[in-house]
Amino acid sequence: MSAQLPTLLELLLSALIIFGAALVLIGSIGLVKLPDFFTRLHAPTKATTLGMGSLLIASLIFTSYVTGDLSVQQLLITLFLFITAPIAAHMLAKTALHLRIQTVESTANSELQKAARERTAPQTSAETAEPGQ
Amino acid sequence: MLMTALYIAFALISVALLLNVIGLARGPSIPDRVLSLDTLYINSIALIIVYGIAEASTIHFEAALLIAMLGFVSTAALCKYMVRGDIIE
Repeated sequence: MSAQLPTLLELLLSALIIFGAALVLIGSIGLVKLPDFFTRLHAPTKATTLGMGSLLIASLIFTSYVTGDLSVQQLLITLFLFITAPIAAHMLAKTALHLRIQTVESTANSELQKAARERTAPQTSAETAEPGQ
Repeated sequence: MLMTALYIAFALISVALLLNVIGLARGPSIPDRVLSLDTLYINSIALIIVYGIAEASTIHFEAALLIAMLGFVSTAALCKYMVRGDIIE
């Protein structure tokens, strides 16, 4: 540890780091503990993403303070994670629907799974205009 | 105080990684295992970032960015393979 930080900044950084690490742990506990795949999908995508955001903001403030100029890499990682986490979760949910993973008994509206499984992509106007394609 | 917070964060994230490995070994279906791998790479990024703060260096963030990109691409490829039976059609 080289740099001397002001006490208030150190307090803020410590709070952000512990909050982020605790949320990462909560996401992983949910991954192990929840009953079926669709509920398990919630824990890492929500809690872990928020925890990562908190850790990366702490890292952004720390590196910007130590080096003296804005560090863009943390901002890039944050943006990338916040964009890709919902996409990965969506793809995993589609995969689970396709593979007919069993849900828990108490799942509400479970009859909608069939409709979601058989739904195809909406046709664009270009596809309907040119049937020969 | 910051070092204490960093050590606590190391401990919490390491426990999270262990739980992910348990989920990877146990998960009854293939999407469960892919989800565990997805969480595993995100948590490893968290560990690298906390280590980067502890070392006060900026080299580690390049590695974190690379892991983030490759991890997302691998999750997307695995999902596509399970749904369509092929990655590039």
